Amino acid sequence: MTWFSRSLSGPRSERSPASRGARNVLASVAALGACALALGMAPKSIMPSTPGDSMAPKPASGAPILVGHYGSLTGPEATFGQSTSEGIRLAFKEINAAGGIDGRPIELREYDTKGEPKEATLAVTRLIKSDKVVAVLGEVASGLSLAGGPVCQEAGVPMISPSSTNVRVTKVGDMIFRVCFIDPFQGSACAKFATGELKAKTAAMLYDQKAPYSVDLAKEFKRAFKKLGGDVVIEQTYTGGDGDFTTQLTSIRARKPDVLFVPGYYTDVGNIALQARKLGITCPMLGGDGWDSEKLAEVAGKAIEGSFYSNHYAPDQPDEQVQTFIAKYKADYKGKTPDGLAALGYDAAMILADSMKRAGSLDGKKLRDAIAATKDFKGVTGVITIDANRDAVKSAVIVEMKGSPLGPKYRATVTP
Amino acid sequence: MSALTDLIPAHRPSLAQSLFAGVVVPSLCAIGVGTLMQFGVGPVLGDYWTSVGVQVGIAVMLAVSLNIVNGFTGQFSIGHAGFFAIGAYIGAGVSYYGALLIWNDASAMAHGAPLVWNNSKSWLFGAGEWLMIGGAILGACVAAAFGYIVGLPSLRLRGDYLAIVTLGFGEIVRVLLQQTRPQVFDGAELREMSAGELVIPPLGGATGFSSIPKYANLWWVWLFVAVVVFFAYRVKVSSTGRALLSIREDEIAARAMGVNITKYKVRAFVLAAALAGIAGALYAHSGNVLQPRDAGFQRSFDCIIFVVLGGLGSISGAALAAVALSIMTEALRGPEPILENWIALLILTAVISIVAAILRAVGNRGWRITLLMAVTPLSILLLGLASKFFTDATGINLADYRMVVYALLLIVVMLVRPNGLFGLTEIWEYFGPERAKKPPTTPPTASQAAAAAPTEGSRP
Amino acid sequence: MADFLQILITAIAVGSLYALIALGYTMVYGILKFINFAHSDIFVLGAWTSLTASVCVITWLKLDTQQPPLWLAPVVLLCAMVVCGGVAFLVERLAYKPLRKSARLNVLITAIGVSLLLQNVGQLPGFTAAEKDGRSLATVPFGPSPSRMPSLLPDTSLISVPFPSGDPTIPAASVQVNLVDVFIFVSAMVLMFGLQHLVYRTKLGAAMRAVSFNTETASLMGVPVDRVMSFTFVTGAVLAAAAGFLYALKYPGLNQPAHEIWVLLGLKAFVAAVVGGIGNVRGAVLGGFLIALIEFMGMYLFSKYLDPLMGTNMGTNLRDVYVFSVLIVVLLVKPSGLLGTPVREKV
Repeated sequence: MTWFSRSLSGPRSERSPASRGARNVLASVAALGACALALGMAPKSIMPSTPGDSMAPKPASGAPILVGHYGSLTGPEATFGQSTSEGIRLAFKEINAAGGIDGRPIELREYDTKGEPKEATLAVTRLIKSDKVVAVLGEVASGLSLAGGPVCQEAGVPMISPSSTNVRVTKVGDMIFRVCFIDPFQGSACAKFATGELKAKTAAMLYDQKAPYSVDLAKEFKRAFKKLGGDVVIEQTYTGGDGDFTTQLTSIRARKPDVLFVPGYYTDVGNIALQARKLGITCPMLGGDGWDSEKLAEVAGKAIEGSFYSNHYAPDQPDEQVQTFIAKYKADYKGKTPDGLAALGYDAAMILADSMKRAGSLDGKKLRDAIAATKDFKGVTGVITIDANRDAVKSAVIVEMKGSPLGPKYRATVTP
Repeated sequence: MSALTDLIPAHRPSLAQSLFAGVVVPSLCAIGVGTLMQFGVGPVLGDYWTSVGVQVGIAVMLAVSLNIVNGFTGQFSIGHAGFFAIGAYIGAGVSYYGALLIWNDASAMAHGAPLVWNNSKSWLFGAGEWLMIGGAILGACVAAAFGYIVGLPSLRLRGDYLAIVTLGFGEIVRVLLQQTRPQVFDGAELREMSAGELVIPPLGGATGFSSIPKYANLWWVWLFVAVVVFFAYRVKVSSTGRALLSIREDEIAARAMGVNITKYKVRAFVLAAALAGIAGALYAHSGNVLQPRDAGFQRSFDCIIFVVLGGLGSISGAALAAVALSIMTEALRGPEPILENWIALLILTAVISIVAAILRAVGNRGWRITLLMAVTPLSILLLGLASKFFTDATGINLADYRMVVYALLLIVVMLVRPNGLFGLTEIWEYFGPERAKKPPTTPPTASQAAAAAPTEGSRP
Repeated sequence: MADFLQILITAIAVGSLYALIALGYTMVYGILKFINFAHSDIFVLGAWTSLTASVCVITWLKLDTQQPPLWLAPVVLLCAMVVCGGVAFLVERLAYKPLRKSARLNVLITAIGVSLLLQNVGQLPGFTAAEKDGRSLATVPFGPSPSRMPSLLPDTSLISVPFPSGDPTIPAASVQVNLVDVFIFVSAMVLMFGLQHLVYRTKLGAAMRAVSFNTETASLMGVPVDRVMSFTFVTGAVLAAAAGFLYALKYPGLNQPAHEIWVLLGLKAFVAAVVGGIGNVRGAVLGGFLIALIEFMGMYLFSKYLDPLMGTNMGTNLRDVYVFSVLIVVLLVKPSGLLGTPVREKV
């Protein structure tokens, strides 16, 4: 007989609970003990306290206010969750150093979603029901915000998503807000730029069929681009993480588009740009805010030069607030340039803190009203006003990858 | 074997008797379990652990269903999440689009319901909930059909090859789910869709299927857990179960004994797939969102881990492993809920210890395992305390290491207990009257062979 | 035509990578008789070690980032092989060896555990190994972000044939063969023939085949079974390291170690091993090329001919479906694989 049955029958015939019962039990408990050992983990709970100099305001010292964040800190999308988390922590550190909310520091409670909806639901439930946070920040991915949002809505705890661009996210209920622009706006901003500044008549699209963000943005771009008189001559898809895009890019090459729209994440765009240039596709590439990371220039190098993407801010903006944010972030995180997600996390946290101050109460409804009343808030990612749909109304900037060192440089502003 | 029983009509229970034993009693038990979980355990646990309890129940169903293929039959399937996702999407589709077509409002939680449950907005016997049940049954049927299709290659393949085929199946399900149409949010739009458009169903594609009504509470989930566990147990001790176990032990010998291997292997796949489909349909109603990655191999791996840790073939073992690991994954988020519930943990320790003492007093050998169970909540509490002090002292954030610990645990358990925690033994088989101590001269093989007899699950 | 040839060339390069990974699977399966799920993670370790090692060496010796000297490539490859071989040795010694006598299922589960462990350790935020201007360039472990492998080979195309298209509105496309593609193909071939020689022409190879054929008899014949198994395992890991290195050269933007795509890549390589006939060295290589061809040609043909017919664009999305369908068909028609010999069942 094959190994399979033999190996299974072997151990069974020599064991029995009667003679070995106690040993079995002991070993079971050893295993249970190992389970228990694993409990020795702790959540990310940070209460940053910066020793301020004599000129700075007194750091907050009262009873901490708990704020929750759920994000993909591990798993395939870990890089997105961790960037957001870094932005949020930086914001709360600043707020606490400046006296907190009426003298009370903000304490961040963070849980991992591993990029799975089930985990997102449980993480938010735990934040609200067990930790009793006053507000929730997160998630990056729209699919996970849609899983966590209803929990917040039902419990009456406001949630601010830093970067979920899907239209449905804030339709969950009146407790759900976001500080980023939504897909239709970004899609039309890109389309406007493509037809206007780039004078593109034809466009090719290459998007990540696995990422909702990419699929939706592609759809919106197509709609807007057609409306502006352009024509999407070819649509190709890939799966996030793929290494090889030759098949898609050769098909695109044959259609000779004026612009190649790639609304993916920077994790893939680098390889796409490298291969596109190698195959002789010379037209400019255009993308969304998913491109925004210093890793893009690092991976793609010269291949991405002369490409554009829409973003929340341009790091070379002379704006003082943007520059201070970048400097502080670099100081805190080993010289890393903040990506778009970090900036949005920072702004989400800042708007939340600002609303807490204005609300004068931590009650869910009052806090919600205060967040909804946010108007002309000067954030790193632009001037933010929350509209009736609880979405952020703000302008997008189009940046160009150029210069030395290669990086995003301001090119144009698109207002809603 | 059935031929044998036919010859002895005196041993055959009457129809009424088998209906009573096979349908009425288990239904009452299931309703009892559901009610106990919803109204007894739920309020004690609080909202957070209640939602964990729902997920735990789904994990138990998955573990028990996979056990039929991997445990009883000895076939190795790692595409279980594929069946699960099929059930989930069909269940979600039925109740979401059903509500959209009938009431023109998919977020309908309140369609005709006499009884409101306080800690979730769910309704008992509301029309929406019956859609969920209908979806679960349909999901189970479709998943079973796919189980039949996947079961067919198992006629020719075994072992690792079958594993890869099932894994491929799960991946194909995931990729195909990504190709589905965007979700429709408007009833009128749905009605206008032509049949041709519905060939590729509007299940949300990569974006995922959202706004699914959240009907699955502790009551429904644990009711189905009871049904699934009972069903699996009946399978195990039935003639089908004996045939499956014989295939697992030795396929050739089983064939020689007249077991139709083809038939039973396929039957195992179909049963497991159907139960996974039910689990999936309930899962769809436990959160709000389904995504194609729910069919991915990560979830299949989770199921296998439950079955293997709990013991291949032990229903209670697999269920216990599912409970322990699901709770552990949550507990690894941080020790606060453990420390907050220190009184409960202490009381639990005390109660189980007293039970152990009573068992010992009445001479039941189950007192050992009971006592060891009593130590578990205590050690959880102590470790929670230790980890809190560690974090306070060093400031190291250990939450990032959650998955590392999980992986290590898996390896360690495999090294320490290769047959899983319980092997083929059900937990209750540890209980029973204390045996006389064996004289040390007895050759171990003989006593083991004798003692193995009552534990053999194949004997009713 | 140009597109077709270009995709063919890519498929051959990718097929070489699949073949290299498949060799490791096939060896471990042939001798230890279990699917080493952690093999794809060793491959990822190889890719990321190559990246980290080359960034570190470049930074420490202040070499030219754009055009590093040619000696760096072999040094980095050696480094990746040593690291992967070492990790594989430890894994084998600590996790697999104690389970040699237990059920295959247990070893499979342990392999899944090792795979999860390697992935999740790999993506932990690490200690800085190389930094420049206060910016961390490389960490150990590798962290959760993607990163760029420095181009160790000059980025030149050896052959570039322009193909004028019949339609004047469509510009001429050229078919290119890049240095890196040739390098990958040649390395894969060299390693395959090396392995072939090792298995069929050396004493050690004879021992490996003996263990594969019948472990107990082999041990009675004086073959040190344990050592042969460990050696096989480490050899497989070294091949995976080479594959990882080559992958990083071809696709410099490396995804983070816990990305699902790595598991899928490993699975496709395993499929290649099964399709070619598991336990067969030539079969693994044949399977590797076949799987890559089917994957890429499937994408190309589906999106060129079927998608316009159906009004969809899912041709490229179904790449995994093609591969797994081929697997199922092969297993149903010839379960031992194309070059495998059917195993007679013993009662």
